[in-house]
Amino acid sequence: MNGRKHWYDYLWIVTPVYLGLGFFNILFAWLGMIFFCLPLLIAIFGGGKLYCNRYCDRGQFLSLLGGRLKLSRNRPTPRWMGTRAFRYGFLIFFFLMFFQMLWTTFLVGAGARSVGEFVKLFWTFRLPWHWAYHGTLLAPWVAQFAFGFYSIMLTSTLIGLIVMALFKPRSWCVFCPMGTMTQLICRLRAGRPPEEEGCSGGCAVCGGCGE
Amino acid sequence: MASKRFARVEARRCVACGCCVKVCPLSAVGVWRGVTARVDTDRCVGCGRCAKECPAGAIDLKDREGAA
Repeated sequence: MNGRKHWYDYLWIVTPVYLGLGFFNILFAWLGMIFFCLPLLIAIFGGGKLYCNRYCDRGQFLSLLGGRLKLSRNRPTPRWMGTRAFRYGFLIFFFLMFFQMLWTTFLVGAGARSVGEFVKLFWTFRLPWHWAYHGTLLAPWVAQFAFGFYSIMLTSTLIGLIVMALFKPRSWCVFCPMGTMTQLICRLRAGRPPEEEGCSGGCAVCGGCGE
Repeated sequence: MASKRFARVEARRCVACGCCVKVCPLSAVGVWRGVTARVDTDRCVGCGRCAKECPAGAIDLKDREGAA
């Protein structure tokens, strides 16, 4: 624990700014692609989970609310939320919803549908959001993707806030689809740790051996 | 003098979020290749901050062998 603050310790501000910008102009939702691509690129190119550990704005935001502002009950996260079945199940569900969003974007791009000027919360509830769409000089599918992507970002932030309040500040991290995906990439990259790294096999300390 | 307890990570439960790293006062915890947290048991004094912080409940405190 080091008391010195770094620039990346203030990244929590990104979450409210991102959601705020999307409230006024939905096209800002495209910025969310950074949070989507960066963790994967870092993990793929050998940076491990540096994004989760250091740069995740949402993780910091939840830590701030639940930790410093004490908005969390700080109770243990239910064990089933941390099981591989739930984590990978949630990842698959998240991807299915993501591809459904891409399909809707495709339909708008093909002219089969008009832009749905609403945000879908929890993949179910349609929330009017027409004030944030002022038309676009670009193709309509650009706006449709923005509405869909913002829906995903807002829904996942709300889920994060709910589990933050009920359990530990960063309970969302336990089943965060990006975290699960990057950890999977890291696992595949890491393989079996060599002897010189102190692996005695099956010790359940690092997990690198897959035990 | 070695402490009586030390933190132990249950790798199967660890999500490598790094929460434990941030709160360890002795920098005894690190994230190994993005796979799991790892504790330097020689440095760890078993204060339990990491266990308290861990959202996945993957860290517990274990008695050192031979500790009274």
